[in-house]
Amino acid sequence: MADVNRGNRPLSPHLTIYRPQLTSMTSIFVRLTGNALLVAMLMIVWWFVAAAAGPEAFATADGFVRSWFGDLVMFLSTWAIWYHMFGGIRHLIWDQGHMLDVERSETAGLIMIIVSVLMTIFTAIVL
Amino acid sequence: MGFMTDRKRAVGHGSAKSGTMAHWHMTISSVGLLILIPIFIFQFGAILGHSYEEVVAYYTRPVPAAIAAMTIALSFIHFRGGVQVLIEDYIHGSARKALIVAMTCLSYGAAGLGVFAVLRIAL
Repeated sequence: MADVNRGNRPLSPHLTIYRPQLTSMTSIFVRLTGNALLVAMLMIVWWFVAAAAGPEAFATADGFVRSWFGDLVMFLSTWAIWYHMFGGIRHLIWDQGHMLDVERSETAGLIMIIVSVLMTIFTAIVL
Repeated sequence: MGFMTDRKRAVGHGSAKSGTMAHWHMTISSVGLLILIPIFIFQFGAILGHSYEEVVAYYTRPVPAAIAAMTIALSFIHFRGGVQVLIEDYIHGSARKALIVAMTCLSYGAAGLGVFAVLRIAL
């Protein structure tokens, strides 16, 4: 019963052995976008703190946020937040026990990609 | 060790301790952000690029100020939970503990600073 073959058991195959799939890639990108959004949120917090501090501090922060670098971060973060949000909606649906089969998970993944790109273009045009 | 049963070895190492609450808290905060984030994107995006006076005037209005404060607070609470899972998945040992502490400080620090800044402008 005890101590049968400990430490010498077959390991389950890990990430590196799998061919990239739509389901795994869309899931990895949900994690990636969520954590990468820290950069934009810290910039936004800095922007608000500077606005509270006064005109000179605001000019510095606002200049940085609206520089080419800040612009790039904000544009990529716009896609990241829409993608992460649709990924989150997919998780909420999964948590309810729906769309758990491969076919509909992949359909949802495709929808996430397409709608997040469309929403990014829409946001960039409107704002 | 030879007398330890499989049951005894497994007790205390299961996932069903506080993990379910962590998942549930992420679910609740995600639903909150689902409402706040789209509003914040279009409010913040619209005022970004305006002058200092216009920005301050905009965020003295109660609704944009409340949306901004709630979005900053809730997104950092949500981030704290998410980044902890990320760290727990890939980093081990004392580096894991140090990083979780550091990211928790950063999350609550940024949330507190952001909310205070918005209130300072608004009030």
